[in-house]
Amino acid sequence: MLEPEVVVGVGGAAGDGTASAGNTLVLSMARQGIAGYSYNSYQSVIRGGHSWLRLRFSAKKPLNQGDQVDVLIALNQDTLDRHLQELQPGGVCFYNGAKFQPSYDPPAGVQLCGLPVPDLAPDSVKLPVMQNTVAVGAAVQIMGLGFETLASVFETTFAKKPAVVQKNVEAARNGYDYAAKNFQPLETPLHPTDQKWAQSSGNDLLAMGAALAGCKFYVAYPMSPATHILEWFASHAKRLGICVRQVEDEISVVNMCIGANHMGARGMCATSGGGFALMTEAIGMASMYETPAVIINVMRAGPSTGVPTKTEQADLNQALGASQGDFERVVLAPISMGDCFVTPAVAFDVADKYQLPVLILADLLLCEGSETVATEVLDVEFPIDRGELITTADGSRQEPYLRYKDTPSGISPRAIPGLPEHLYTSGTDEHDEDGVLLSDVFTDPIRRKKMVDKRHRKMSTILHDLPAPILEGPADAETTLLGWGSTWGVIKEAAERLTASGVSVNHLQVKTLVPLHGDEIAAVLGKSRRVIIIENNHSGQFARHLRAETGIVAHGHIRKYDGEPFEPKHIVSAVNDVIGGQEIVNVLSTEPGWRTDHPTGTSGPWDGLQQVTRPGVPTKA
Amino acid sequence: MTAPATVVEAKNFKSEVHPDWCPGCGDFGVLTALYQACAQLQIQPHELMVVSGIGCSSNLPGFIRSYGAHTLHGRLLPFATGCKLANQSMTVIGTGGDGDGYGIGLNHFIQAMRRNINVTYIVMNNEIYGLTTGQVSPTSETGMKTKTSPFGNLEGMLNPMALALAAGCGFVARGFSGQPKHLVELYKAGIQHKGFALIDVFSPCVTFNKLNTYQYFRDRIYKLEDEEHDTSSFHAAMDRALEWDPKIPIGLLYRNPDPQPSLDTLDPALTTGEPLVHQNYMIDAETRKDLIREFM
Repeated sequence: MLEPEVVVGVGGAAGDGTASAGNTLVLSMARQGIAGYSYNSYQSVIRGGHSWLRLRFSAKKPLNQGDQVDVLIALNQDTLDRHLQELQPGGVCFYNGAKFQPSYDPPAGVQLCGLPVPDLAPDSVKLPVMQNTVAVGAAVQIMGLGFETLASVFETTFAKKPAVVQKNVEAARNGYDYAAKNFQPLETPLHPTDQKWAQSSGNDLLAMGAALAGCKFYVAYPMSPATHILEWFASHAKRLGICVRQVEDEISVVNMCIGANHMGARGMCATSGGGFALMTEAIGMASMYETPAVIINVMRAGPSTGVPTKTEQADLNQALGASQGDFERVVLAPISMGDCFVTPAVAFDVADKYQLPVLILADLLLCEGSETVATEVLDVEFPIDRGELITTADGSRQEPYLRYKDTPSGISPRAIPGLPEHLYTSGTDEHDEDGVLLSDVFTDPIRRKKMVDKRHRKMSTILHDLPAPILEGPADAETTLLGWGSTWGVIKEAAERLTASGVSVNHLQVKTLVPLHGDEIAAVLGKSRRVIIIENNHSGQFARHLRAETGIVAHGHIRKYDGEPFEPKHIVSAVNDVIGGQEIVNVLSTEPGWRTDHPTGTSGPWDGLQQVTRPGVPTKA
Repeated sequence: MTAPATVVEAKNFKSEVHPDWCPGCGDFGVLTALYQACAQLQIQPHELMVVSGIGCSSNLPGFIRSYGAHTLHGRLLPFATGCKLANQSMTVIGTGGDGDGYGIGLNHFIQAMRRNINVTYIVMNNEIYGLTTGQVSPTSETGMKTKTSPFGNLEGMLNPMALALAAGCGFVARGFSGQPKHLVELYKAGIQHKGFALIDVFSPCVTFNKLNTYQYFRDRIYKLEDEEHDTSSFHAAMDRALEWDPKIPIGLLYRNPDPQPSLDTLDPALTTGEPLVHQNYMIDAETRKDLIREFM
């Protein structure tokens, strides 16, 4: 029995309450054991513009935002104009019939559900946002769900305002009852389950994961799409005893972060590509000091200011090339929102154990999107490993302390400043084992080489502590789909669909980018007749990295750099194109809703469209 | 932490590394005065963190026996702020030059004063870029000829005293490395000030600055301690800060009579006084469940 699923699209202008309507819906689903995945596509404006939130619901956890929209909630005329044409037969469109009407005929088989909002919510005259509540109530009804859970969401959202709770519950109830009387429910309803889901964004989970991993210091400068991490920390700072600061720029951010780490606190900072560019000099300092630090880059579409509210995976080169000189670093790219939760713990442990900076490459898709995560995944105690850290001194030390002692592992036991008998000065200049600078002598090739070798020796064992890529699907498949970071969920679903349609594929997703598990990757790819690299950028940054590290050249490339994330149908179609002989497929999101100049009434050119979901219809044949 | 405090003398702060500054460099006076001040305040070497930037003067942490960090050009104040927030039980002193603090690091300098972190910042101001062999600095006098201003400096001269006052610095002082005893007193007062303290020190570069020599300063400086200067008056301090030729005041210009608590005592995570590095970093299961519940 395949699980039914529904994709709800909520659209309006910024300020119309798109996000809060979506949040109400997601929470109401999660409380009934129905999982969700959402992706918000928006403009860099505070009021106006177009904001388009897609929410995919199913009892089987969705791993991406899906291909299409089954239920449209249009909060303004613009949304109705843009997105009505995208609905599939069986689809449903809700709108405030007292305010606006469709400007063209809907696709065949689509149910137009105008809601007489002023009758259902008299307050909407003064409070236009009440139309959202009415529509959410109606949507819940046609998806086959009861009303009580939805009411409970209003009770918690407006816990301190009982009058507001009452008004919202009434409006939602009226929408719900109106839908029951006047509209057809979806063919296959959603079913509640007993699973407990928490609903959160990648930003939430990076922050909470870091806090649970012992992060005591967080510093940042506001930059989309990473800002919410700072807001999470700020709102929890007092309760959790975390020092949280907003400072003047990302240069200050990273230096302050490394300073706090240098003293022995676990410290983290986050930014996006532009801020990361400012941080890079100090990242080399952390490596030279052998001071741990965790630095997050939530990538957005570049270059330069780029497209600040759109997603991309194009800062890999920047992470590889951050700071001058040969220096030790780790680069991790979480592969899902849930993975954002565990990645900081891995990063902190590795940073502490190997005494180097760890860079986390997340992106807008993961960090501003939201996903339901099973509560048992979050309710874990991370086993914190701080490595060879000296935090006490009892006066019994015999030999002088060498902060940068040349050891077989390359790891030198690190004393936190403040202890007697362990005095040292760290230098960004090259230094000897005792920290004394080598840079100001005439020349000292032997000791210079010794210290470079010592630092680099740490990298020889570090791979064992980093997550290796896992192959999904049959090992002997003809084609391997190779992705990194945030594309895991969408490639996984595409691979499943391709397999179901008779195409022999498996899927390898890379999380650890530096160092690279080259042997493990080569072992998988060596068995594959066709390797296709899928990445959300223009130039194939990962393809180049893989070739540099392993010599492996992929047979085909699927890339996307139009600001929007991949959808499963894009990958299904592009994989077939590569199998058909095309080397590079540059995917473009061409649904009519994205482009006002697109001819209306069609579903775009994707062959895959017809075989995917309709409302309440199983995803796979 | 556990070792008993011992009586500290100035010589205990002298490191085994001999300073590689040019003979006659003003920075020697800055350094020996710092040994004296730390000894007179009985600061234990392991409770002292000296943070510098890049430049001749920023080599200083290598020459003092304490914990130290020789950071990046212009970035010592953010780094030192991170150090102080992570362990406010340490005495944190920043040492750098005019190019480092007033040029590339100027934004951090202003923000650190506004932020009022309890760090004592000693700027060895030689009005020239020394380590790069003699280029114009933000504090170079207008008209001064250097390698990169061969026709004379066309730009204005930054006034760190007036800038510090305007930025809300609660302790603003200026010394001269040719008068180390006076400097020791300024350092001690600055370190004891519970908030950000700026001590700008005229520290002549004998190799590259032929204008602002020891003699140049001896001809012009006078001590505010010898005048009837009210160090609690912001306006009196600003008047003194604007003096330059022919007379230049040294000494304590301003100490806020009603100082705000420093950031490292105000941050909610630090109000107990327990340094961050010694606090428990494990979050208990009940709190964790509450955090998860926020998402439900």
